[in-house]
Amino acid sequence: MRKSFVAQNPSVLWFIAILAIFTIGVTLLSEVTGVNMISTSFVKTLGKTLCLCLVAIAMDVVWGYCGILSLGHFAFFGIGGYAIGMWLMYARTEGIVVESLVGQPLPPTPQEISDVIGNQIFGVVGSSEFPVIWSFADSLFLQLLMVVLVPGLLALVFGWLAFRSRVTGVYLSILTQAMTLALALYLFQNDSGLRGNNGLSGLQNIPGFEDVSQATISIVFFWASAVALALGYVFFAWIVSGKMGSVIKGIRDNEARVRFLGYHVESYKLFVFTTTAIVAGIAGALYYPQAGIINPGEIAPIASIYLAVWVAIGGRGRLYGAAIGAAFVSLLSSWFTGGGAPNVNLGFYEIQWTDWWLVLLGFSFVVVTLFFPKGIGGLFDLLVRKQS
Amino acid sequence: MSMLLEVSGVCVTFDGFRAINNLSINFAKAELRAIIGPNGAGKTTFMDIVTGKTKPDEGKVIWGDQNMSLLGMSESEIAKEGIGRKFQKPTVFEAQTVRQNLAMALRNPRSPFSVLMHKKTQANASRIESVADQIGLLDSLTRVAGELSHGQKQWLEIGMLLAQEPRLMLVDEPAAGMTPEEREKTTSILREAAKTCAVVVVEHDMEFVRRLDCKVTVLHEGSVLAEGSLDHVTSDQTVIDVYLGRAHA
Repeated sequence: MRKSFVAQNPSVLWFIAILAIFTIGVTLLSEVTGVNMISTSFVKTLGKTLCLCLVAIAMDVVWGYCGILSLGHFAFFGIGGYAIGMWLMYARTEGIVVESLVGQPLPPTPQEISDVIGNQIFGVVGSSEFPVIWSFADSLFLQLLMVVLVPGLLALVFGWLAFRSRVTGVYLSILTQAMTLALALYLFQNDSGLRGNNGLSGLQNIPGFEDVSQATISIVFFWASAVALALGYVFFAWIVSGKMGSVIKGIRDNEARVRFLGYHVESYKLFVFTTTAIVAGIAGALYYPQAGIINPGEIAPIASIYLAVWVAIGGRGRLYGAAIGAAFVSLLSSWFTGGGAPNVNLGFYEIQWTDWWLVLLGFSFVVVTLFFPKGIGGLFDLLVRKQS
Repeated sequence: MSMLLEVSGVCVTFDGFRAINNLSINFAKAELRAIIGPNGAGKTTFMDIVTGKTKPDEGKVIWGDQNMSLLGMSESEIAKEGIGRKFQKPTVFEAQTVRQNLAMALRNPRSPFSVLMHKKTQANASRIESVADQIGLLDSLTRVAGELSHGQKQWLEIGMLLAQEPRLMLVDEPAAGMTPEEREKTTSILREAAKTCAVVVVEHDMEFVRRLDCKVTVLHEGSVLAEGSLDHVTSDQTVIDVYLGRAHA
């Protein structure tokens, strides 16, 4: 009666297979192989989309499976981006500074080098001092650790406070939204230590790989994103398919019942909230080197709401649904807002999609929630039913 | 005789309304007990106090051989101590199968880590099957709980209590909305369970209580009005006045 993990979850195999074919296909058509059918910038867009899929499946676990409508998971995503961005920016500036100081009559002291780097990075906000939070920026290893630790600890502390007080439902959503807003407002300040609204930039240049073309770098990050998405998918599928999945779905459907069965509900929520926050941070750390820039606007509350919209449209409570929703809506969004969609002339009014896309998205969200609560993922049910 | 649960001098006030007023009630280790009383007598509040959902203003709730106080313990800690509770409205996890419902209730380590690392074993499977057999759902293990009939959901919830292997089961209106045949079966499940643990049934329906054939406690306005056999309490004049008389009026 015991079946293997894959046999119980055929969607995992399908997902990995499709992802693998997609990844290899894009690579073969990219500029790396000389086929040039997919531009480097589009490879980056696709790589970023994979990262969005990863944060979307994390969101699906916390919302679709555990019933916690977090409107703050994009903040964790952004923190992951900032954490890796600090190293990228520091190491690259250091490289440039050291190179420019070569050939000086007196070799510069480490203090002088540090001052010049500080001036370069923080000049835009009228400072040259390194804030305390940049203490580890010179170490890739420590900043990678930050990618995991900072979102994890923030989620742990925030979740502990919120769940312990039994804040649930819409009140919890409001709290997570408030946390996100507070974080964004803080980062917008020039003295936040993270360059205020300038954010961190030049993240597409990877220190130590200046000679490697962006075409190659984009493919490397594309692959890294695909691998992260695959691992994340398997990890979450494993979590939600076993007894843990039973318990967290129980919490979603009837928290009190789970409590009276003897489960400490708060610990489970905290586990899910923190784990998904960490995965969101990792997704962000892969996303922003492909985006090249991160600024506080990325963490704005609306981003986390979009995340919930993607999952709702894709179909919550199924991991592939969340991934499909994120890919579909975010790609469609860049098509509409990037001028890809032709404007519609109604004679008396011309619909410009850059303005009207949000209206269309909002409308689709309402329609999906009202008429297709299972989202795009629900279409697969129809397909399976037809076969059997 | 040492008691399993001793509730003494408990008072609870909600916004000035005394839901429980100096309530004292004891339960022995393996007994079947029915608690009856009119609406608002404090039956459900009494369960809330014992299971940790409501904190009383004063009084003591003492549990087990170690005379442990249940006040100040969380719901999940109390449940792990061996107090199971069935709600008035059947509450099973409708999106999951009968087997998954029972597996979740099965007495096993409850920490997130041990649940994450949980492996299905033959021993657990046979425990689930024996409980399912007891509640008559052995053929429905793979069915989604949401598809079950009202009566079957009630049994499943009782089965989840049994799977916890509790020492005290608090059962709120198990026969509500059941057909006579279903009631009969519910009675036998509860009587069977009462052989190994204390079973406390809160019920409105006198006919069902009569069938349980056990000691009865009558609650009224948050305290015990009478206690004894059903015939004893139903012949008690004060009980007739406040409860039965009103029902028959």
